[in-house]
Amino acid sequence: MTEPVPTPPPAGQGAPLWLLAELTYRCPLQCSYCSNPLDFAARQDELSTDEWFDVLRQARAMGAVQLGFSGGEPLVRKDLEALVAEARRLGFYTNLITSGLGLDEARIDALREAGLDHIQISLQAADADVAAAVAGSPKAHAKKLAMARAVKAAGYPMVLNVVLHRHNIDQIDDIIALCAELGADAVELANCQLYGWAQLNRAGLLPSREQLEAAEATTQRWRERLATKGQDMRLLFVIPDYYATRPKACMGGWGSIFMTVAPDGAVLPCHSARILPMTFPTVRKQSLKTIWYQSEAFNRYRGEDWMPSPCRDCDERHKDFGGCRCQAYMLTGNADATDPVCDLSPDHHLIEAAREEAANDPRAINELTLRNVRQSRVFCRE
Amino acid sequence: MNPTTVYRLRPGWRLQWEEAQQRHVLLYPEGMVQLNESAGAILTLLDGERDVTALIDELQRRFPQAPREEMSADVEEFLQDAANQGWIRHD
Repeated sequence: MTEPVPTPPPAGQGAPLWLLAELTYRCPLQCSYCSNPLDFAARQDELSTDEWFDVLRQARAMGAVQLGFSGGEPLVRKDLEALVAEARRLGFYTNLITSGLGLDEARIDALREAGLDHIQISLQAADADVAAAVAGSPKAHAKKLAMARAVKAAGYPMVLNVVLHRHNIDQIDDIIALCAELGADAVELANCQLYGWAQLNRAGLLPSREQLEAAEATTQRWRERLATKGQDMRLLFVIPDYYATRPKACMGGWGSIFMTVAPDGAVLPCHSARILPMTFPTVRKQSLKTIWYQSEAFNRYRGEDWMPSPCRDCDERHKDFGGCRCQAYMLTGNADATDPVCDLSPDHHLIEAAREEAANDPRAINELTLRNVRQSRVFCRE
Repeated sequence: MNPTTVYRLRPGWRLQWEEAQQRHVLLYPEGMVQLNESAGAILTLLDGERDVTALIDELQRRFPQAPREEMSADVEEFLQDAANQGWIRHD
Protein backbone atom coordinates (compact mmCIF):
# COMPACT_ATOMS: atom_id res chain seq x y z
CA MET A 1 0.00 0.00 0.00
CA THR A 2 1.28 3.46 -0.83
CA GLU A 3 0.36 6.19 1.63
CA PRO A 4 0.40 9.89 0.87
CA VAL A 5 1.99 12.21 3.42
CA PRO A 6 -0.34 12.04 6.43
CA THR A 7 -2.39 15.15 7.11
CA PRO A 8 -4.63 15.62 10.15
CA PRO A 9 -8.22 14.37 9.80
CA PRO A 10 -10.91 17.00 9.19
CA ALA A 11 -11.85 18.65 12.49
CA GLY A 12 -14.84 17.02 14.13
CA GLN A 13 -14.96 14.12 11.70
CA GLY A 14 -15.91 10.98 13.62
CA ALA A 15 -15.20 7.35 12.89
CA PRO A 16 -17.18 5.20 10.46
CA LEU A 17 -19.48 3.22 12.77
CA TRP A 18 -21.06 1.17 10.00
CA LEU A 19 -19.31 -0.96 7.42
CA LEU A 20 -21.27 -2.56 4.61
CA ALA A 21 -19.17 -5.33 3.07
CA GLU A 22 -20.56 -6.11 -0.36
CA LEU A 23 -18.79 -9.40 -0.85
CA THR A 24 -19.91 -10.11 -4.40
CA TYR A 25 -22.21 -8.93 -7.18
CA ARG A 26 -23.05 -12.54 -8.01
CA CYS A 27 -26.63 -13.51 -7.16
CA PRO A 28 -28.94 -16.39 -8.08
CA LEU A 29 -31.91 -13.99 -8.23
CA GLN A 30 -32.66 -11.30 -10.80
CA CYS A 31 -34.77 -8.76 -8.90
CA SER A 32 -35.83 -5.88 -11.09
CA TYR A 33 -35.42 -3.46 -8.14
CA CYS A 34 -31.82 -4.43 -7.31
CA SER A 35 -29.69 -1.49 -6.17
CA ASN A 36 -26.45 -2.91 -7.58
CA PRO A 37 -24.85 -0.90 -10.38
CA LEU A 38 -26.12 -1.63 -13.90
CA ASP A 39 -22.60 -2.45 -15.07
CA PHE A 40 -21.82 -4.88 -12.24
CA ALA A 41 -20.76 -7.52 -14.77
CA ALA A 42 -17.65 -5.44 -15.49
CA ARG A 43 -16.69 -5.34 -11.81
CA GLN A 44 -16.33 -9.00 -10.92
CA ASP A 45 -12.74 -8.86 -9.68
CA GLU A 46 -13.61 -9.71 -6.08
CA LEU A 47 -11.41 -9.10 -3.06
CA SER A 48 -9.79 -12.27 -1.76
CA THR A 49 -10.39 -13.70 1.71
CA ASP A 50 -7.14 -12.16 2.97
CA GLU A 51 -8.00 -8.79 1.47
CA TRP A 52 -11.35 -8.87 3.28
CA PHE A 53 -9.66 -9.86 6.54
CA ASP A 54 -7.46 -6.79 6.15
CA VAL A 55 -10.47 -4.55 5.43
CA LEU A 56 -12.26 -5.86 8.52
CA ARG A 57 -9.23 -5.31 10.76
CA GLN A 58 -8.67 -1.79 9.48
CA ALA A 59 -12.33 -0.81 9.83
CA ARG A 60 -12.60 -2.21 13.34
CA ALA A 61 -9.44 -0.42 14.41
CA MET A 62 -11.01 2.83 13.19
CA GLY A 63 -14.10 2.24 15.33
CA ALA A 64 -16.58 0.52 13.01
CA VAL A 65 -18.82 -1.80 15.01
CA GLN A 66 -21.89 -2.62 12.92
CA LEU A 67 -21.05 -4.83 9.97
CA GLY A 68 -23.35 -5.93 7.18
CA PHE A 69 -22.37 -8.75 4.83
CA SER A 70 -24.26 -8.07 1.65
CA GLY A 71 -23.97 -8.33 -2.12
CA GLY A 72 -25.21 -9.61 -4.54
CA GLU A 73 -25.82 -12.72 -2.53
CA PRO A 74 -23.11 -13.01 0.15
CA LEU A 75 -23.75 -16.75 0.57
CA VAL A 76 -22.19 -17.25 -2.86
CA ARG A 77 -18.84 -16.66 -1.17
CA LYS A 78 -17.49 -19.94 0.17
CA ASP A 79 -15.36 -18.04 2.68
CA LEU A 80 -18.36 -16.34 4.31
CA GLU A 81 -18.05 -18.42 7.48
CA ALA A 82 -14.35 -17.53 7.77
CA LEU A 83 -15.11 -13.84 7.28
CA VAL A 84 -17.87 -13.95 9.89
CA ALA A 85 -15.55 -15.67 12.37
CA GLU A 86 -12.84 -13.06 11.91
CA ALA A 87 -15.34 -10.19 12.14
CA ARG A 88 -16.83 -11.59 15.33
CA ARG A 89 -13.37 -12.11 16.82
CA LEU A 90 -12.65 -8.46 16.13
CA GLY A 91 -15.80 -7.41 18.00
CA PHE A 92 -18.15 -6.49 15.15
CA TYR A 93 -21.88 -7.07 15.46
CA THR A 94 -22.31 -9.20 12.36
CA ASN A 95 -25.38 -9.00 10.14
CA LEU A 96 -25.93 -11.26 7.14
CA ILE A 97 -28.20 -9.63 4.58
CA THR A 98 -29.37 -12.41 2.32
CA SER A 99 -32.01 -13.70 -0.05
CA GLY A 100 -31.88 -17.01 1.82
CA LEU A 101 -30.75 -18.80 -1.33
CA GLY A 102 -27.59 -20.75 -0.69
CA LEU A 103 -28.59 -21.30 2.93
CA ASP A 104 -29.37 -24.67 4.50
CA GLU A 105 -29.48 -26.01 8.05
CA ALA A 106 -25.81 -27.05 7.99
CA ARG A 107 -24.73 -23.61 6.88
CA ILE A 108 -26.95 -21.91 9.44
CA ASP A 109 -25.19 -23.97 12.12
CA ALA A 110 -21.75 -23.22 10.70
CA LEU A 111 -22.50 -19.49 10.67
CA ARG A 112 -23.80 -19.69 14.22
CA GLU A 113 -20.59 -21.49 15.18
CA ALA A 114 -18.60 -18.70 13.51
CA GLY A 115 -20.41 -16.20 15.73
CA LEU A 116 -22.88 -14.61 13.31
CA ASP A 117 -25.23 -12.34 15.27
CA HIS A 118 -28.15 -11.80 12.92
CA ILE A 119 -29.63 -12.95 9.64
CA GLN A 120 -31.88 -10.68 7.60
CA ILE A 121 -33.84 -12.49 4.92
CA SER A 122 -35.66 -10.71 2.13
CA LEU A 123 -39.11 -11.74 0.96
CA GLN A 124 -40.52 -10.53 -2.34
CA ALA A 125 -44.21 -11.04 -1.79
CA ALA A 126 -46.85 -12.93 0.17
CA ASP A 127 -47.32 -15.54 -2.55
CA ALA A 128 -45.08 -17.57 -4.80
CA ASP A 129 -46.38 -16.24 -8.14
CA VAL A 130 -45.63 -12.58 -7.55
CA ALA A 131 -42.37 -13.48 -5.81
CA ALA A 132 -41.32 -15.56 -8.82
CA ALA A 133 -42.07 -12.74 -11.24
CA VAL A 134 -40.14 -10.19 -9.16
CA ALA A 135 -37.06 -12.32 -8.61
CA GLY A 136 -37.07 -14.23 -11.88
CA SER A 137 -37.01 -17.52 -10.00
CA PRO A 138 -39.95 -19.90 -9.56
CA LYS A 139 -38.54 -21.73 -6.53
CA ALA A 140 -37.13 -18.90 -4.46
CA HIS A 141 -40.23 -18.15 -2.40
CA ALA A 142 -40.63 -21.62 -0.87
CA LYS A 143 -36.91 -21.75 -0.15
CA LYS A 144 -37.00 -18.37 1.59
CA LEU A 145 -39.88 -19.43 3.84
CA ALA A 146 -38.11 -22.65 4.79
CA MET A 147 -34.92 -20.76 5.59
CA ALA A 148 -36.76 -18.11 7.62
CA ARG A 149 -38.20 -20.92 9.75
CA ALA A 150 -34.77 -22.54 10.11
CA VAL A 151 -33.13 -19.23 11.09
CA LYS A 152 -35.78 -18.70 13.74
CA ALA A 153 -35.43 -22.27 14.98
CA ALA A 154 -31.67 -21.76 15.32
CA GLY A 155 -32.36 -18.94 17.78
CA TYR A 156 -31.20 -15.96 15.75
CA PRO A 157 -32.97 -12.64 16.01
CA MET A 158 -34.69 -12.26 12.64
CA VAL A 159 -35.46 -9.19 10.60
CA LEU A 160 -37.45 -9.78 7.44
CA ASN A 161 -37.07 -7.26 4.66
CA VAL A 162 -39.80 -6.84 2.07
CA VAL A 163 -39.14 -4.47 -0.79
CA LEU A 164 -42.44 -2.88 -1.75
CA HIS A 165 -43.50 -1.63 -5.18
CA ARG A 166 -46.73 -1.30 -7.08
CA HIS A 167 -46.94 -5.02 -7.88
CA ASN A 168 -46.86 -6.28 -4.29
CA ILE A 169 -47.86 -3.36 -2.08
CA ASP A 170 -51.55 -4.26 -2.23
CA GLN A 171 -50.66 -7.61 -0.59
CA ILE A 172 -49.27 -5.91 2.49
CA ASP A 173 -51.90 -7.37 4.81
CA ASP A 174 -50.93 -10.90 3.77
CA ILE A 175 -47.23 -10.01 3.82
CA ILE A 176 -47.36 -8.83 7.44
CA ALA A 177 -49.48 -11.85 8.42
CA LEU A 178 -46.85 -14.12 6.87
CA CYS A 179 -44.02 -12.35 8.74
CA ALA A 180 -45.97 -12.65 12.01
CA GLU A 181 -46.47 -16.35 11.38
CA LEU A 182 -42.73 -16.77 10.68
CA GLY A 183 -41.97 -15.14 14.04
CA ALA A 184 -39.98 -12.14 12.83
CA ASP A 185 -38.61 -9.77 15.46
CA ALA A 186 -38.91 -6.90 13.02
CA VAL A 187 -40.11 -6.31 9.48
CA GLU A 188 -38.80 -3.67 7.15
CA LEU A 189 -41.58 -2.77 4.74
CA ALA A 190 -39.40 -0.70 2.50
CA ASN A 191 -40.69 0.85 -0.68
CA CYS A 192 -37.95 0.28 -3.16
CA GLN A 193 -35.26 2.88 -3.35
CA LEU A 194 -34.94 3.96 -6.95
CA TYR A 195 -31.28 3.30 -7.67
CA GLY A 196 -29.49 0.93 -10.01
CA TRP A 197 -31.91 -1.52 -11.61
CA ALA A 198 -34.84 -0.01 -9.74
CA GLN A 199 -34.10 3.34 -11.36
CA LEU A 200 -34.08 1.63 -14.73
CA ASN A 201 -37.50 0.12 -13.97
CA ARG A 202 -38.76 3.14 -12.09
CA ALA A 203 -41.92 3.83 -14.08
CA GLY A 204 -42.97 0.21 -13.67
CA LEU A 205 -42.28 0.03 -9.92
CA LEU A 206 -43.50 3.25 -8.32
CA PRO A 207 -46.86 2.73 -6.58
CA SER A 208 -49.70 5.23 -6.73
CA ARG A 209 -50.44 7.56 -3.85
CA GLU A 210 -53.65 5.64 -3.14
CA GLN A 211 -51.72 2.36 -2.89
CA LEU A 212 -49.21 3.93 -0.58
CA GLU A 213 -51.80 5.44 1.76
CA ALA A 214 -53.73 2.18 1.95
CA ALA A 215 -50.54 0.25 2.77
CA GLU A 216 -49.58 2.68 5.52
CA ALA A 217 -53.04 2.43 7.04
CA THR A 218 -52.88 -1.38 6.97
CA THR A 219 -49.45 -1.29 8.62
CA GLN A 220 -50.82 0.95 11.38
CA ARG A 221 -53.75 -1.44 11.97
CA TRP A 222 -51.23 -4.29 12.30
CA ARG A 223 -49.17 -2.34 14.82
CA GLU A 224 -52.26 -1.97 16.97
CA ARG A 225 -53.23 -5.63 16.54
CA LEU A 226 -49.71 -6.82 17.44
CA ALA A 227 -49.67 -4.60 20.52
CA THR A 228 -53.03 -6.01 21.64
CA LYS A 229 -51.77 -9.57 21.15
CA GLY A 230 -48.53 -8.74 22.94
CA GLN A 231 -46.48 -9.89 19.93
CA ASP A 232 -43.17 -8.04 19.82
CA MET A 233 -42.70 -7.55 16.06
CA ARG A 234 -41.64 -4.07 15.04
CA LEU A 235 -42.96 -2.81 11.70
CA LEU A 236 -40.86 -0.25 9.91
CA PHE A 237 -42.58 1.34 6.92
CA VAL A 238 -40.39 3.28 4.51
CA ILE A 239 -42.18 5.48 1.96
CA PRO A 240 -40.70 5.98 -1.50
CA ASP A 241 -38.68 9.17 -1.77
CA TYR A 242 -40.90 10.19 -4.66
CA TYR A 243 -43.85 10.77 -2.32
CA ALA A 244 -41.89 12.72 0.27
CA THR A 245 -41.68 16.52 0.37
CA ARG A 246 -38.35 16.60 2.17
CA PRO A 247 -35.32 14.48 1.27
CA LYS A 248 -34.07 11.70 3.49
CA ALA A 249 -30.95 12.29 5.59
CA CYS A 250 -29.12 9.95 3.27
CA MET A 251 -26.62 7.75 5.19
CA GLY A 252 -26.79 10.22 8.09
CA GLY A 253 -24.74 12.57 5.95
CA TRP A 254 -22.08 11.88 3.34
CA GLY A 255 -19.00 10.24 4.86
CA SER A 256 -20.44 10.77 8.32
CA ILE A 257 -20.89 7.30 9.89
CA PHE A 258 -21.24 4.87 7.01
CA MET A 259 -18.99 3.27 4.44
CA THR A 260 -19.43 0.57 1.85
CA VAL A 261 -16.65 -1.58 0.49
CA ALA A 262 -17.73 -2.90 -2.91
CA PRO A 263 -16.82 -6.42 -4.15
CA ASP A 264 -13.77 -5.12 -6.04
CA GLY A 265 -12.50 -3.03 -3.13
CA ALA A 266 -13.90 0.37 -4.09
CA VAL A 267 -14.80 2.35 -0.98
CA LEU A 268 -18.05 4.30 -1.21
CA PRO A 269 -20.05 6.60 1.08
CA CYS A 270 -23.13 4.52 0.21
CA HIS A 271 -23.78 1.47 -1.94
CA SER A 272 -25.21 3.52 -4.82
CA ALA A 273 -22.50 6.15 -5.05
CA ARG A 274 -20.72 4.34 -7.87
CA ILE A 275 -23.07 5.96 -10.36
CA LEU A 276 -21.71 9.42 -9.53
CA PRO A 277 -19.28 11.06 -11.97
CA MET A 278 -16.31 10.85 -9.61
CA THR A 279 -13.51 8.44 -8.82
CA PHE A 280 -13.69 6.38 -5.67
CA PRO A 281 -10.60 5.10 -3.91
CA THR A 282 -9.93 1.42 -3.44
CA VAL A 283 -8.58 -0.62 -0.53
CA ARG A 284 -6.19 -2.19 -3.01
CA LYS A 285 -4.25 1.08 -3.20
CA GLN A 286 -4.84 2.98 0.06
CA SER A 287 -5.64 2.33 3.68
CA LEU A 288 -9.23 2.74 4.83
CA LYS A 289 -8.11 5.43 7.23
CA THR A 290 -6.58 7.53 4.48
CA ILE A 291 -9.65 6.98 2.32
CA TRP A 292 -12.11 7.89 5.09
CA TYR A 293 -10.36 10.95 6.42
CA GLN A 294 -8.34 12.30 3.52
CA SER A 295 -9.75 11.23 0.17
CA GLU A 296 -11.32 13.82 -2.06
CA ALA A 297 -14.33 11.54 -2.58
CA PHE A 298 -15.21 11.24 1.11
CA ASN A 299 -14.63 14.95 1.77
CA ARG A 300 -16.52 16.14 -1.28
CA TYR A 301 -19.97 16.47 0.35
CA ARG A 302 -19.03 16.57 4.01
CA GLY A 303 -20.21 19.56 6.00
CA GLU A 304 -22.19 22.35 4.37
CA ASP A 305 -19.76 24.33 2.27
CA TRP A 306 -20.69 22.45 -0.89
CA MET A 307 -24.40 23.14 -0.56
CA PRO A 308 -26.25 25.03 -3.29
CA SER A 309 -29.29 27.21 -2.82
CA PRO A 310 -31.90 26.58 -1.41
CA CYS A 311 -30.11 24.18 1.01
CA ARG A 312 -27.40 26.67 1.90
CA ASP A 313 -29.83 29.02 3.67
CA CYS A 314 -32.32 26.41 4.82
CA ASP A 315 -32.96 25.75 8.51
CA GLU A 316 -33.35 22.04 7.78
CA ARG A 317 -29.89 21.57 6.26
CA HIS A 318 -28.55 20.09 9.53
CA LYS A 319 -31.38 17.58 9.46
CA ASP A 320 -31.28 16.19 5.93
CA PHE A 321 -27.80 17.30 4.75
CA GLY A 322 -29.23 18.30 1.38
CA GLY A 323 -30.59 14.80 0.70
CA CYS A 324 -29.16 12.16 -1.58
CA ARG A 325 -26.32 12.98 -4.00
CA CYS A 326 -27.15 9.98 -6.20
CA GLN A 327 -30.75 11.06 -6.55
CA ALA A 328 -29.69 14.62 -7.38
CA TYR A 329 -27.37 13.31 -10.07
CA MET A 330 -29.77 10.77 -11.55
CA LEU A 331 -32.57 13.30 -11.86
CA THR A 332 -30.78 16.54 -12.71
CA GLY A 333 -27.42 15.41 -14.08
CA ASN A 334 -25.75 17.52 -11.38
CA ALA A 335 -24.54 15.70 -8.27
CA ASP A 336 -24.14 19.02 -6.42
CA ALA A 337 -27.82 19.94 -6.74
CA THR A 338 -30.42 19.91 -3.98
CA ASP A 339 -32.16 16.53 -3.91
CA PRO A 340 -35.22 17.12 -6.15
CA VAL A 341 -37.35 15.19 -3.65
CA CYS A 342 -37.42 18.42 -1.64
CA ASP A 343 -40.37 20.55 -2.70
CA LEU A 344 -38.17 23.61 -2.21
CA SER A 345 -35.85 22.34 -4.96
CA PRO A 346 -36.14 24.14 -8.31
CA ASP A 347 -36.09 20.65 -9.86
CA HIS A 348 -38.97 19.18 -7.85
CA HIS A 349 -41.10 19.11 -11.01
CA LEU A 350 -38.92 16.16 -12.11
CA ILE A 351 -40.34 14.11 -9.23
CA GLU A 352 -43.87 15.08 -10.15
CA ALA A 353 -43.17 14.13 -13.77
CA ALA A 354 -41.80 10.75 -12.65
CA ARG A 355 -44.97 10.03 -10.68
CA GLU A 356 -47.01 11.01 -13.72
CA GLU A 357 -44.94 8.78 -15.97
CA ALA A 358 -45.37 5.87 -13.55
CA ALA A 359 -49.12 6.38 -13.40
CA ASN A 360 -49.25 5.88 -17.17
CA ASP A 361 -46.95 2.88 -17.34
CA PRO A 362 -49.01 -0.20 -18.12
CA ARG A 363 -46.26 -2.81 -17.69
CA ALA A 364 -46.89 -5.96 -15.71
CA ILE A 365 -44.28 -7.17 -13.27
CA ASN A 366 -42.91 -9.72 -15.73
CA GLU A 367 -42.32 -7.02 -18.34
CA LEU A 368 -39.67 -5.19 -16.29
CA THR A 369 -35.95 -5.56 -16.97
CA LEU A 370 -34.44 -8.32 -14.83
CA ARG A 371 -31.07 -7.81 -13.19
CA ASN A 372 -28.70 -10.40 -14.59
CA VAL A 373 -25.27 -10.69 -16.17
CA ARG A 374 -26.59 -10.76 -19.72
CA GLN A 375 -28.49 -7.48 -19.25
CA SER A 376 -25.59 -5.96 -17.35
CA ARG A 377 -23.21 -6.62 -20.25
CA VAL A 378 -25.45 -4.45 -22.41
CA PHE A 379 -24.83 -1.55 -19.99
CA CYS A 380 -21.10 -2.33 -19.83
CA ARG A 381 -20.91 -1.77 -23.59
CA GLU A 382 -22.74 1.56 -23.47
CA MET B 1 -41.17 -3.31 40.32
CA ASN B 2 -40.77 -6.83 41.71
CA PRO B 3 -37.41 -6.90 43.54
CA THR B 4 -36.85 -10.57 42.65
CA THR B 5 -37.22 -10.09 38.88
CA VAL B 6 -34.14 -11.23 36.95
CA TYR B 7 -33.64 -9.20 33.80
CA ARG B 8 -31.33 -10.20 31.00
CA LEU B 9 -30.45 -8.66 27.65
CA ARG B 10 -32.79 -9.48 24.82
CA PRO B 11 -31.53 -12.64 23.09
CA GLY B 12 -29.24 -11.84 20.19
CA TRP B 13 -28.43 -8.36 21.51
CA ARG B 14 -24.97 -7.57 22.77
CA LEU B 15 -23.49 -5.08 25.20
CA GLN B 16 -19.89 -4.05 24.71
CA TRP B 17 -17.41 -1.35 25.55
CA GLU B 18 -16.34 0.63 22.50
CA GLU B 19 -12.87 2.06 22.87
CA ALA B 20 -13.32 4.40 19.89
CA GLN B 21 -16.49 5.88 21.39
CA GLN B 22 -15.37 5.66 25.03
CA ARG B 23 -18.70 4.21 26.11
CA HIS B 24 -20.79 1.07 26.29
CA VAL B 25 -23.05 0.37 23.35
CA LEU B 26 -25.95 -2.01 22.99
CA LEU B 27 -25.77 -3.74 19.64
CA TYR B 28 -28.76 -5.27 17.89
CA PRO B 29 -29.71 -6.22 14.33
CA GLU B 30 -28.54 -3.34 12.17
CA GLY B 31 -28.52 -0.86 15.03
CA MET B 32 -26.82 0.44 18.11
CA VAL B 33 -27.83 2.25 21.31
CA GLN B 34 -25.07 4.51 22.61
CA LEU B 35 -25.31 4.30 26.40
CA ASN B 36 -24.43 6.88 29.00
CA GLU B 37 -22.26 5.88 31.94
CA SER B 38 -24.99 4.86 34.36
CA ALA B 39 -26.95 2.90 31.74
CA GLY B 40 -23.73 1.09 30.81
CA ALA B 41 -23.01 0.32 34.48
CA ILE B 42 -26.48 -1.11 35.07
CA LEU B 43 -26.64 -3.23 31.91
CA THR B 44 -23.15 -4.62 32.52
CA LEU B 45 -24.44 -6.14 35.75
CA LEU B 46 -27.33 -8.01 34.12
CA ASP B 47 -25.72 -11.44 34.15
CA GLY B 48 -28.92 -13.50 34.08
CA GLU B 49 -28.61 -14.33 37.80
CA ARG B 50 -28.83 -11.06 39.73
CA ASP B 51 -32.33 -9.92 40.56
CA VAL B 52 -33.24 -6.25 40.92
CA THR B 53 -32.28 -6.20 44.62
CA ALA B 54 -28.91 -7.83 44.02
CA LEU B 55 -28.28 -5.44 41.16
CA ILE B 56 -28.91 -2.42 43.38
CA ASP B 57 -26.75 -3.97 46.14
CA GLU B 58 -23.87 -4.33 43.72
CA LEU B 59 -24.24 -0.78 42.43
CA GLN B 60 -24.36 0.45 46.03
CA ARG B 61 -21.12 -1.39 46.71
CA ARG B 62 -19.47 0.21 43.69
CA PHE B 63 -20.84 3.69 44.27
CA PRO B 64 -21.13 3.91 48.08
CA GLN B 65 -21.47 7.67 48.07
CA ALA B 66 -24.84 7.51 46.24
CA PRO B 67 -27.94 7.58 48.50
CA ARG B 68 -29.58 4.13 48.29
CA GLU B 69 -33.17 5.27 47.89
CA GLU B 70 -32.36 7.64 45.09
CA MET B 71 -30.26 5.02 43.34
CA SER B 72 -33.00 2.38 43.65
CA ALA B 73 -35.53 4.71 42.11
CA ASP B 74 -33.19 5.58 39.22
CA VAL B 75 -32.30 1.96 38.54
CA GLU B 76 -35.92 0.80 38.57
CA GLU B 77 -36.94 3.63 36.29
CA PHE B 78 -34.16 2.73 33.87
CA LEU B 79 -34.97 -1.00 33.91
CA GLN B 80 -38.64 -0.28 33.27
CA ASP B 81 -37.77 1.98 30.41
CA ALA B 82 -35.28 -0.52 28.96
CA ALA B 83 -37.89 -3.29 29.23
CA ASN B 84 -40.50 -1.11 27.49
CA GLN B 85 -38.03 -0.43 24.69
CA GLY B 86 -37.37 -4.15 24.31
CA TRP B 87 -33.68 -3.97 25.29
CA ILE B 88 -34.08 -6.35 28.23
CA ARG B 89 -36.45 -9.13 29.17
CA HIS B 90 -37.29 -11.28 32.16
CA ASP B 91 -38.59 -14.82 32.44
